[in-house]
Amino acid sequence: MATLNSKIPEGPLSEKWTKYRAEMKLVNPANKSKLDIILVGTGLAGSSAASSLGELGYNVKVFCYQDSPRRAHSVAAQGGINAAKNYRNDGDSVYRLFYDMIKGGDYRSREANVYRAAEVSNATIDQLTAQGVPFAREYGGTLDNRSFGGVQVSRTFYSKGQTGQQCLLGAFSGLIRQVNKGTVKMYPRRDVLEIVVVDGKARGIITRNLVTGEIERHSAHAVVLATGGYGTIYYLSTLALNSNVSAAWSAFKKGAFFGNPSFIQIHPSSIPVLNEYQAKLTLMSESLRNDGRVWVPKEKGDHRHANEIPEEERDYYLERRYPAYGNLVPRDVGSRAAKERCDAGYGVGETGLAVNLDFKDAIAKQGKKAIENKYGNLFEMYEKITGINPYVEPMRIYPAGHYTMGGLWVDYELMTTITGLYAIGESNFSDHGANRLGASSLMQCAGDGYFVIPNTIGNYLAGEIRTAKIQTSLPEFEEAEKSAKARIEKLMAVKGTKTVTSFHKRLGKIMWDFCGMSRNEAGLTKALTLIDELNDEYWKDVKVPGSNNELNQELEKAIRVADFFGIAKLMVIDALNRKESCGAHFREESQTETGEAKRDDANFAYVSAWEYKGENQSPILHKEELKFENVELKIRDYK
Amino acid sequence: MNIKLKIWRQENSKVKGKFIDYVLDNVSPGMSFLEMLDALNTKLIQEGGSPVAFEHDCREGICGSCGLYINGRPHGPGEKSTTCELHMRSFKDGDTIIVEPWRAKAFPVIRDLIVDRSGFDEILKAGGFISVNAGAAPEANSILVNKEVSEEAFDVATCIGCGACVAACKNASAMLFVSAKISQLAILPQGKVEAAQRVQAMVAKMDELGFGNCTNTYACEAECPKGIKVINIARMNREFFTAKVVSQKTT
Ligand SMILES: Cc1cc2nc3c(=O)[nH]c(=O)nc-3n(C[C@H](O)[C@H](O)[C@H](O)COP(=O)(O)OP(=O)(O)OC[C@H]3O[C@@H](n4cnc5c(N)ncnc54)[C@H](O)[C@@H]3O)c2cc1C
Ligand code: FES
Repeated sequence: MATLNSKIPEGPLSEKWTKYRAEMKLVNPANKSKLDIILVGTGLAGSSAASSLGELGYNVKVFCYQDSPRRAHSVAAQGGINAAKNYRNDGDSVYRLFYDMIKGGDYRSREANVYRAAEVSNATIDQLTAQGVPFAREYGGTLDNRSFGGVQVSRTFYSKGQTGQQCLLGAFSGLIRQVNKGTVKMYPRRDVLEIVVVDGKARGIITRNLVTGEIERHSAHAVVLATGGYGTIYYLSTLALNSNVSAAWSAFKKGAFFGNPSFIQIHPSSIPVLNEYQAKLTLMSESLRNDGRVWVPKEKGDHRHANEIPEEERDYYLERRYPAYGNLVPRDVGSRAAKERCDAGYGVGETGLAVNLDFKDAIAKQGKKAIENKYGNLFEMYEKITGINPYVEPMRIYPAGHYTMGGLWVDYELMTTITGLYAIGESNFSDHGANRLGASSLMQCAGDGYFVIPNTIGNYLAGEIRTAKIQTSLPEFEEAEKSAKARIEKLMAVKGTKTVTSFHKRLGKIMWDFCGMSRNEAGLTKALTLIDELNDEYWKDVKVPGSNNELNQELEKAIRVADFFGIAKLMVIDALNRKESCGAHFREESQTETGEAKRDDANFAYVSAWEYKGENQSPILHKEELKFENVELKIRDYK
Repeated sequence: MNIKLKIWRQENSKVKGKFIDYVLDNVSPGMSFLEMLDALNTKLIQEGGSPVAFEHDCREGICGSCGLYINGRPHGPGEKSTTCELHMRSFKDGDTIIVEPWRAKAFPVIRDLIVDRSGFDEILKAGGFISVNAGAAPEANSILVNKEVSEEAFDVATCIGCGACVAACKNASAMLFVSAKISQLAILPQGKVEAAQRVQAMVAKMDELGFGNCTNTYACEAECPKGIKVINIARMNREFFTAKVVSQKTT
């Protein structure tokens, strides 16, 4: 049985990674080309990993469900990517970046991993810049930085509001260069349905070819998942619509533990829900809070147009409650504060579920041009969706599901509890504790892909050089393929009356209401029953049209939603277990007098790692106790 | 609103397709165009029909997945917007909307409104990169880039590779896409080292894949959701010409 060994190297924090690399095993260049690696996912984590592993000479196969790797969800990241360059001379350092992330994550992440993420961040900026990523520049030609929430230094590199697009295209260019060289082979339009484990080691995957419907087998010496987050659990979220948990879920079912599944970030600023048909919530980047001021009317139910409400009748509630950080409080804090105001009846707009994000003062001070330079595309996006011009009246924003801190449990080497199966980027649980700070996901994804996995995977593969090519005719492949086919046939056979999307919407609502920004025992317990009931109904009444041997988007969705039921339940179980509030996980039973989250370090300073025990069995909780040797656990105070 | 739709239906690449008519009531002006298609699909599924296949993912104009030819225009009537950013407020009650896939020899139809755009990645594979391995990059601020130059590079780098330029062009030319990629790397100092090889390899691949020639109609610029300018095509041609002269001299 798998045990929890986080494999943190000995020695002082700042020397662990150096020490690890000095001692890790290496694979001889001639042997690398005989070793196959499967990489699932081509976001910033997957693309950067594919290019680096290809450069090293491994045989890499990359998979994604899009028609091209460069369309992976990372492309939508807006605000920026962090690094500890200290170009601003404002007191930044690797240690401070590490510290900010540990604190921002509310002391629920592993020191050693977070430190390493900060440590490799500078090399990531060098790499992306060298690849031609057009980051914003100062007049002297050096790189520009801006601030992001939850910190007091300027360490965020950016390309207007399209940082994710630029970083991903840069990483993708490295990937495609390796395709040209023959080290990387692309398999787009594939959904991974099963992870294949042979003699306790991850040896392959079963995919569905989304064009032909064919079920395919692929083998390798090691498998890396870079499949992103499952924020789409809420149905409406800021993620790309097809984002899903299926690959991670299939790993969980094969023995990979799931870490902190209930830690999910609700971002404070998305365009609010506008109508019942809505399929997507569009993010308005946190960077906007550098210049935008958040407010609601002081008077309950004040329905005047925002521009008609005079200054003294506005409640800049973030500045009021958190004078030290003001509008730049971390996301969990910002989201809860917005919810608090709206629940109390001060919300704006038709639904009352929105707050104002106002640029009036910034425009008056800096001029429209300066604001346009920084956020032009976001303002345009806002206007396209709402028909409202944010240069002349405030944006309306509301929190939305955004990022999963939880994910597959990994050790220091980013290996899951299945030997030879790795998880990188948003798909693992590793670096953000109970709350992620802005611009630190892209940083982690690229760091994992460019600099961590190319080292740590070698340490494992060095022991595999005598393992011949893995044959896909092995019984384990046969079985996995059978199980994937059986599930598909079962879904097709239901022939019920309701669409897949209708179930996803209903599941999303359960999760949003009971396992969203605010959670309590009664609600979570109720959610468990509701999820079970809906799951039963799904398997009795879902309608999947068409057949399984053709391009069938409804079937794709149906497979994903089936897995969402699984993770939904695991999230709720995890949230029930954690009777403290920390970061994004707010248990109403555990709050301070002023309504801030109250941690319980004596009982909950651990990572919950859940083990799958079978279809109708309860998962088992394993605890990775978190040891803080370098930072002192403090109450997170942004006041 | 009440909307009539004429949508191209085609089961797969091997069979012929045809237009099918649909009507959809209760369309609200605040719906996005793709949400309107979602509503149509819900209706079709409930009636026992087959939903319309179309590609999408981010639904916010950045991934380049969506791409429909709407009333004779790539991405429809909106200025500088993708299909997913188009809203029904751009149409009137009773309108008939014609929806087709991108039409180009190099973009064969896979099903209904989904086409195969892998040709774009083939072109990028030929040279759309700077050859720098992880670990070998110099300190980022050791490469100074003039702010305006950097912004110029950014402007072309915003291309989302959706294929609207090809769909807009009567010759199905990929020049705007290819020139955007070439320009980004040719403008920046980091990309200059390989500029000559890059332009030759990418242009050769583009021709090989059956994309058409540019005859200066500028339809691509007019329809590009990211506002990429045709001036980049001129830059690419210049780069190509210089590269050819240089390579002739050296061989
Ligand atoms: C709107 C928005 C804005 C953001 N802005 C920022 C920002 O400014 N800064 C920041 O640091 N972070 C930001 N984030 C977070 C950040 O973008 C993501 O956390 C990050 O991009 C995740 O990258 P990834 O490589 O882990 O996965 P992703 O980019 O999500 O890629 C997942 C990949 O996995 C593949 N995949 C998934 N499931 C399967 C399957 N079953 N079979 C086959 N393939 C599969 C997909 O095809 C895709 O290639 C933002 C997030 C959102 C939603
Ligand atoms: S769906 Fe991503 S650009 Fe339209």
